[in-house]
Amino acid sequence: MTKTLKLRFNRKHLCIPYAAFLILFVICPLLVVIYYAFTNGTGSFTFDNLVNFFTNTNTLGTLLYSIAIAVVTTVVCLVIAYPVAYILARSKFKRKYVLLMLFVLPMWINFTLRITALKEILSAIETNLSLYPFLNTVIGMTYDFLPFMILPLYTSLSKLDKSLTEAAEDLGANGFTVFMRVILPLSVPGIISGVTMVLLPSMTNYVVLDMLYNSTYIMGSLIGSYFAAYDWHGGSMISLILLIIIFIITLVSNRFNDDETSGRTIL
Amino acid sequence: MKIAKKVIGAAWLVLVLAFIYIPILLLAVYSFTDAVMVGGAIDGFSLHNYVTLFENEELRDMIIGTVLLALGSALIATVLGTVGAIGAFYSKRTAKRLIGYANQIPVVNADVVTGFSICVLLIVLLGIKKETFVPLVAGHVVLCSPFVYLSVLPRLRQMDNNLYEAALDLGATPAQALFKVVLPQLLPGILSGFMLAVTLSLDDYFITTYTKPSTFDTISTYVVNATKGGQTDIKTALWALSTIIFLIVVVVVVLMNVFSGKKKAAEERI
Repeated sequence: MTKTLKLRFNRKHLCIPYAAFLILFVICPLLVVIYYAFTNGTGSFTFDNLVNFFTNTNTLGTLLYSIAIAVVTTVVCLVIAYPVAYILARSKFKRKYVLLMLFVLPMWINFTLRITALKEILSAIETNLSLYPFLNTVIGMTYDFLPFMILPLYTSLSKLDKSLTEAAEDLGANGFTVFMRVILPLSVPGIISGVTMVLLPSMTNYVVLDMLYNSTYIMGSLIGSYFAAYDWHGGSMISLILLIIIFIITLVSNRFNDDETSGRTIL
Repeated sequence: MKIAKKVIGAAWLVLVLAFIYIPILLLAVYSFTDAVMVGGAIDGFSLHNYVTLFENEELRDMIIGTVLLALGSALIATVLGTVGAIGAFYSKRTAKRLIGYANQIPVVNADVVTGFSICVLLIVLLGIKKETFVPLVAGHVVLCSPFVYLSVLPRLRQMDNNLYEAALDLGATPAQALFKVVLPQLLPGILSGFMLAVTLSLDDYFITTYTKPSTFDTISTYVVNATKGGQTDIKTALWALSTIIFLIVVVVVVLMNVFSGKKKAAEERI
């Protein structure tokens, strides 16, 4: 009792401003989006926006196309980044931290400027960018998100206990078996966290496409087009569908993840 | 066999580095020429892109605006996130978990959705004018503060709780104990949170487009518009900007490495 008297101001009250901020600017906007998704211009309840989404071949096609882009980009990033992270984590090079920095340094350069650079190179090579839209989109996304895949993979691979692989070797496993049965399973948290950091943004980052050539075949650009047309209700429905997808992916990835490897927090 | 493996490994690293750096470096080379397209013949050295970048009022305002927005919203986000993390850390479990979940929403959410939802609430529903900059700053603070929160929280976990109690026993008021004992302990986390907030804000495109005043541009929104437009002198001036930012990032990373490298070496020896 005396203690509570002494602490007239309680430390835990400090969370009130932040909690209020989160409610006001994070929770409320999402509730409003849900409300807008199920109402029309006059404010009455409707399922029209939902029905429109699933009966319009354009929106459905966009959903499938952006999922395809996101999945391919994620796989490409993983295939490129895993060997990089693996080599860096296992190398005995003294200043390997510097090497790692080289790989993740582009993260700090404004991504629109990086895509500008990529666009100049691609158009110098291909002359007409619209010839291979899918390929170019994947290249652009990979260019943008590769560091976000390397970092969590490196973190989880460098934490890996060397004595485990040595034990496997002593017990007669060859290099391939060691990798498949010891290293790969132990790096799953890193893979999961890298995948979530690439999959979600590449499904919605329409700026990459927008800059390479004007395309609307990605989920984010649908929201953008509704925004441009002042159609808040249709845009809210797309946002809601994206939110549900994000929620599912996050739930799945949380089952594997220890929060330490999340790359965006390491920066 | 072992050597072959090493060579393949090194070749892979070089290949990936080439993929990452060739566009940026080529752009840097061409930013010092009169060329309007990358890939053409280089006909001599020129600084006119850099001159345009510093003399063009529109470009200058855009850069200053971007930096001010980033610093301002990072500052607000750092105060909010730090205070929030301290409060949440000492709260009861349910409150702590609820704040943790809410904090996680902007982290995992697509920036498009975050930006759109803030736009719908503040601008459409509440009718706040974009020109007041309130939606824009609010959006950037939403983007940044969760990461400040996340970088301060581990520091709180590491901190020795007795220090605060000891300060109180020695006669400090709770506020004094907080400012003189707790905050200095958290400083590294707060600083890295602030840095992260600045970079996130500088890099943002989506939240900015949905909430910005129509006459205001950040680097991201400006570059996207410029690539669609046909003004070549603006386009090539942006190459100069890209080069300058690249150099700044390299310098900052090198400096950070020099400082943290010494600390790391000491830690590794233990």
